[in-house]
Amino acid sequence: MSLRALKPGERLKPAELPPVSRMDLIKYSGASGDFNPIHTIDEAAKKAGLPGIIAHGMWTMGNLGKLFTPYYEAGYIEKFTVRFSGMVFLGDRLTLTARLKHSAEGRQTFETDAVNQDGVKVIKGEVVFKLFSP
Amino acid sequence: MFEELIGKRSSTVWNTIERGAVKKFADAIGDPHPIYIDPVFAANAGLKNNVAPPTFPVTFDYGTIEGLELPKAGLIHGEQGFEYKRPLYVGEELLCWSVLEKYQERKGKLGEMGFLFIKKVAEDESGEIVMTSTQIIIISETVRKGMKA
Repeated sequence: MSLRALKPGERLKPAELPPVSRMDLIKYSGASGDFNPIHTIDEAAKKAGLPGIIAHGMWTMGNLGKLFTPYYEAGYIEKFTVRFSGMVFLGDRLTLTARLKHSAEGRQTFETDAVNQDGVKVIKGEVVFKLFSP
Repeated sequence: MFEELIGKRSSTVWNTIERGAVKKFADAIGDPHPIYIDPVFAANAGLKNNVAPPTFPVTFDYGTIEGLELPKAGLIHGEQGFEYKRPLYVGEELLCWSVLEKYQERKGKLGEMGFLFIKKVAEDESGEIVMTSTQIIIISETVRKGMKA
């Protein structure tokens, strides 16, 4: 579907992620350079007062961004802002959604979030997508 | 405790957007789309090269702000934003730096918390700012007190 045809209130195709695995977080640590051990090593997480290792907020944000990747031939993300509102643990199943709020002057503003299997929002944010001139 | 560092800029560092690093990053966020990876796909899409994922700038080195020492543990990433003038392309060189924009302390769930507002900037080879990221880092009261000690 083309982004231009999207009407306010309509959603992009949502994504359901497989349960978060330790390997996901090990890979993200390596690719991002963020080796904070609370994301990969149980003892470090426990020492920090957490019930277990938690995902990097930026891993979740990175995943959220992929809702927009199919549209990069039509434009690019001009602005992507999020608030990390909940922690993501191993085994969590996240659903990613984006809904068009409004569009004007070649820019489309989406509200976007990631929700876990219990319906808790772990990230909420906004994306402004700038369309290339036709 | 960070007030005297507000407005202080870091050193600058040149970063290269490496093809292999983009591919690994795209894989790690579960988004191995050809727009990031396949040069032929990018050319057919009318782009001058593959682009970097929007959160890829977390991998850049933004220099160090002299005197800004953060604890290794106990920091909370509260908010994050990226703003782009244009997409970033594989192969380009960016001059990156950072600045502490603001510091506040206020009462919250974790006692008297500290909020660091850090801005990170990437300029292209012509000196134009092409990407700005903003980050709010939260320091709990316990960790803050530990730092003073």
